[in-house]
Amino acid sequence: MEAVLALAIGTLTASGLWLLFRPRTFQVVLGLCLLSYAVNLFIVAAGRLRTDAPPIVGRGDVDPAQFVDPVPQALVLTAIVISFATTALLLVVLLASRGLTGTDHVDGEEDQ
Amino acid sequence: MNDWARHLIIAPIILPIAVCAVLLAFNERRRALKRLLSLGTAAALVVISAALVWQVVGAGDASSSTPHVYLLGDWPAPFGIVLVADRLSALMVLLTSVLGFTALFYAVARWERSGPRFHVLFLLLLAGVNGAFLTGDIFNLFVFFEVLLAASYGLILHGAGQERTKASLPYITINIAASLLFLIGVAMIYAVTGTLNMAELAIRISRVPSQDLMLLEAGAAILGIAFLVKAGIWPLSFWLPRTYAAAAPPVAAIFAIMTKVGIYVILRLSSLVFAENSGGATGFADDWLVWAGFATMTYGTLGILATRKLTGIAGHYVMVSSGTLLAAMGMSGEALTAALLFYLVSSTLAVGALYLIIEPVERNADEDDLVAGIAEPVFDDEYTGAVTEEENEIGVVIPGTIAILGGGFIFCTLLLAGLPPLSGFIAKFAIIDALFAGSVIAPTAWLLIALIILSGLATLISMTRAGIDLLWTPGEDSPASLSIIEVAPIGLLLAACLALMVFAGPVYLYMEGTAAALSDRALYIDAVLGMPSTGGKSP
Repeated sequence: MEAVLALAIGTLTASGLWLLFRPRTFQVVLGLCLLSYAVNLFIVAAGRLRTDAPPIVGRGDVDPAQFVDPVPQALVLTAIVISFATTALLLVVLLASRGLTGTDHVDGEEDQ
Repeated sequence: MNDWARHLIIAPIILPIAVCAVLLAFNERRRALKRLLSLGTAAALVVISAALVWQVVGAGDASSSTPHVYLLGDWPAPFGIVLVADRLSALMVLLTSVLGFTALFYAVARWERSGPRFHVLFLLLLAGVNGAFLTGDIFNLFVFFEVLLAASYGLILHGAGQERTKASLPYITINIAASLLFLIGVAMIYAVTGTLNMAELAIRISRVPSQDLMLLEAGAAILGIAFLVKAGIWPLSFWLPRTYAAAAPPVAAIFAIMTKVGIYVILRLSSLVFAENSGGATGFADDWLVWAGFATMTYGTLGILATRKLTGIAGHYVMVSSGTLLAAMGMSGEALTAALLFYLVSSTLAVGALYLIIEPVERNADEDDLVAGIAEPVFDDEYTGAVTEEENEIGVVIPGTIAILGGGFIFCTLLLAGLPPLSGFIAKFAIIDALFAGSVIAPTAWLLIALIILSGLATLISMTRAGIDLLWTPGEDSPASLSIIEVAPIGLLLAACLALMVFAGPVYLYMEGTAAALSDRALYIDAVLGMPSTGGKSP
């Protein structure tokens, strides 16, 4: 399972980076999306992988070993919300830039 | 301490956010009301942060201090999120409030009308910056970074126009990418140490087993890169001059504090987490900071000499000041820390004043260009186009425009170049003096001194050239009008710099106390981890 997750993170990061360095704004946005997926998976992995262990601890006397670390899950939740919002904002700027400059090149002008 | 004073520390974050919510409820056309509310908030923030400084110093005794800790949600320290106001945080919050108030004041003259929801975004930025300074938790720091960045994305676009949109795309992209690096760094540090609380982290880092040390340092380095991008360190800074030049002047002025957020976090983490007695991670990356600082100073100095536009000079000066701070930080030492804090305050205020004065100066030289860039609505609900129609609403026009602008400009030049007798000189002198303190002076210290002096010289040359071009060459045009609302904030900022010079003694004592508190890690750690929760009692 570790290997699968590591491969997934690696593939997402590589594709995201490649797209990030492309000249079209939409490719850049997609690249950032893929990168943020990779980072979210990475944060989950940072909390150690476990299957069949809930992150929410019940009341009373409980054995912490039965549960997975809830902190990274909370971090991922926050990170997802924030990257979602900033991506939406970036899309708006992308559209404004397209409208004002007439091109979807990241520099606002085509290569000569 | 009574109950209300205990809650003062959260006010710099809560107050602007609450006022934002109120402002959003009103229509964009109710300008006077919005203006009154947001200016009132900014003024209240100045008072609150001054009270916070007073509280932290311990009501008058300049040498002693205990950090004030506030448990959010009343969870005890390593489990819940804490806000910490020590001398450094309180100082930075005060600096933000002063700069924020003056920039907002300046914006009232005309810039608030060149786009929608200016006040909301501006206050949100202040809340984010204050939060980043006050928080004692790395992940919470990320959240406040995102708050201030989201607000800055909106502000950079304020006034619309092609140039701003073009500059904002790389700005937003690089900051989102840096935020992702931030998350990776935080996750790696959490994976190794199992905590996000800075005080707890400082304790646990000395117990990290040696096989995990490399992972921890990699995480810290990735985290550091995220802050260095914000601080504008070469080679991560090519976005900075262009973005700052494209921003509306009051926005650029408040952005001067944003590079300092990155500097602040690096100072905080390196003094708290990577200080002495941190086991294998002691003095982590200090050499890197020194050389990155040198490279940034060199690049900024060349940029200052090469550019002819004032906004370009200001943008590159921001880089020089970041570079100076980082290089000095990497050399560490208590006397040097005090000196660099003084330099930080002085240079931030001076750059803020410069950004505000640029626009009237350039308007004076060329009146037609300016208004053209504004008023291009992108969305239907934007309220634009008011700038040209209501020119007479700006306020009382004062005579002697050239004298005032020229005087302010000379003042800014002296401050930035670090010439006597102003605070810029005192700051640079203090840094150089601290570098000479040891019996053996390292080659890097000589290099830093040389770069500080050279960058000052370059600033002087470029500013004089720009001043002659824009101000002191007699032209046939009659001087442009200048309103009191525009002059007053510039005057306020310059007066603050003047006060820094006149009261250099007490201010410097405060900085020395701050540096001493920073080097005494136990003070911070004990205050945070020893804070008892009130245990269900209503506060």
